[in-house]
Amino acid sequence: MAAVSLTVNAKPVSLETEDRTLLVYFLREQLGLTGTHIGCDTGQCGACVVHVDGRAVKSCTMFAVQAAGSDVVTIEGLARDGKLHPVQEAFRENHGLQCGFCTPGMIMTAVDMIRRIPVLDRATIRAELEGNICRCTGYHNIVSSIEDAARRMDAESKGVAA
Amino acid sequence: MIPYPFTYHRAGSLAEAETILKASPEAKLLAGGQTLIAAMKMRLAQPSDLIDISGLKELSFIRAAGDAIVIGAGTRHFEVAISAEVNRLIPALAHLAESIGDPAVRHMGMLGGSLANNDPAADYPAAVLGLDATIRTQRRSIAADDFFTGMFSTALDEGEIVTEVSFPVSARAAYAKFPNPASRYAMAGVFVAKTKSGVRVAVTGAGPCVFRVPEMEAALAADFTPHAIAGIEINAADLNSDIHGSAEYRANLVGVMARRAVAAAQ
Ligand SMILES: Cc1cc2nc3c(=O)[nH]c(=O)nc-3n(C[C@H](O)[C@H](O)[C@H](O)COP(=O)(O)OP(=O)(O)OC[C@H]3O[C@@H](n4cnc5c(N)ncnc54)[C@H](O)[C@@H]3O)c2cc1C
Ligand code: FES
Ligand code: FES
Repeated sequence: MAAVSLTVNAKPVSLETEDRTLLVYFLREQLGLTGTHIGCDTGQCGACVVHVDGRAVKSCTMFAVQAAGSDVVTIEGLARDGKLHPVQEAFRENHGLQCGFCTPGMIMTAVDMIRRIPVLDRATIRAELEGNICRCTGYHNIVSSIEDAARRMDAESKGVAA
Repeated sequence: MIPYPFTYHRAGSLAEAETILKASPEAKLLAGGQTLIAAMKMRLAQPSDLIDISGLKELSFIRAAGDAIVIGAGTRHFEVAISAEVNRLIPALAHLAESIGDPAVRHMGMLGGSLANNDPAADYPAAVLGLDATIRTQRRSIAADDFFTGMFSTALDEGEIVTEVSFPVSARAAYAKFPNPASRYAMAGVFVAKTKSGVRVAVTGAGPCVFRVPEMEAALAADFTPHAIAGIEINAADLNSDIHGSAEYRANLVGVMARRAVAAAQ
C-alpha cells in the first residue's frame, strides 16, 4: 500500500492504493471515472483503453502504481469546455455506437491512431482496431466515424485539438 | 480479476533490479506486463514482488552496430515497428513487431519480456532464431540456437536478466504469419533469412517451441525461391493441435507461410 501520484485528465491526483490495484479499478472505483469500461478483463476487448503519457493502453492490464508520475487521460478528459472532442462528435453523427459499451475504448483508440498515423484509410483503421471488440455495430460505422473524425481534425489542424 | 498481493518496486537501475531479485526468491521482473499481469490476474502466477524494469533507460535503445542492430530488452514493440534504423536495415523485423497483438499491446510489450516468456505462438522468437541473433544478459551472451529450450522455457538462469539482443543485418529476410483471427498470435509464423551462417527458416506458433526446418534451409541454400521448398512436407507428429487447428492443418500452414516468406524476401 502506497500513495500513487499522477495526473488524471489534467488534474493532479494522489491516493493510497494497494500495489495490486489495476489502473482500471483505480480510475473507476477510487476516482469515480466510470467512463472507462471493463469488458473482458483479460486484455482482449479494449473497452478499458485510456491514454498513459499520450499512448493508448489497456488499463485492465496495467497496475495503478506503474502509472505513478504519468499523465493519464480517460474518456472523461476529452471534451473541452462542454464541447465534445471531434472524435466523440463524429461517433455521434455517424451512428458509431449502439449500446455504447465499447465506445469509450473505441474513441480513446481512435484518438490515438489519428494522432499517430498521418493518412488513415479504412483498411488501416480496421487493422488499428484489432484490440477493440464491439458486439453491436459490425464495425462499419465505427470505421466511418474514425474516417470522418480524422478529416475533421485535419481540417482543424490535426494533433492540436487532442 | 484481482491478483494475489505483492510488493511493487520501480527499479532505478539494472543493478538495483538484480539486488532485489537476489534478495527475494519469489520476485519477478515486470516489463510491459502484457503477459505477466494477465497470468497474475488469473492467479496462475504469484510473485512476492514485482520489479518494474520498464523505466530503465539503459535497456531501451535501438542502435546500429556494424553489421548488426542491437535492441535493448526494454524496447517496446511499437518502437521497433516505427524505428527508421530497423526499417532500413532489417525491414522484416519492423514488420514482425508491427504484427504483434494490437496497438495497445505494442505500446506496452517489450522485446525482453517476449523472449523470456517464450510463448509457443510469440513472434519475436521466430526473428531471433531466423536471423541467428545473440541474446545478451547481465552475465553472458546466448546464441539463438541455445536460447529457446522448450514451451515457455529458455536458457535463462535464476536471476538472469535479458539486457539486449543483437540482430545481424539481413537484406533478404521476411516474416509471414497466419494470425489466429481472435488473438493475433501466430497459428503459424515463418521467418526466413539469408544470414552469414546460411539460409535459416524459423517456425513459431506451430509447435511447442520455435524451431528450424533444416530441409527447407538446405533447399533454399541451393535455390532461394518458393518453388524450391514446394515439395517439402512438415511432420505433423510434433505440432500443436487445438480448437483453432489440427496439427495437420498447421503442418500445411507452415509450408504456405514459408513460401510466402521466401517470396516476400526476394
Ligand atoms: C491481447 C494480446 C495480444 C497479444 N498478441 C501477441 C502476438 O500476436 N504476438 C506476440 O508475440 N505476442 C503477443 N502478445 C504478448 C505480448 O507481446 C507481450 O508483450 C509479451 O509476450 C511479453 O512482453 P512484456 O514486456 O509484456 O513482458 P511481461 O509480461 O512484463 O513479462 C513476461 C515474463 O518475462 C519476464 N521478463 C520480462 N523482462 C525480462 C528481462 N529483460 N529479462 C528476463 N526476464 C524478463 C517476466 O518476469 C515475466 O515472467 C499479446 C498480448 C496481449 C495481451
Ligand atoms: S477490459 Fe481491458 S481489454 Fe477488455
Ligand atoms: S456499441 Fe455495443 S459493444 Fe459496441
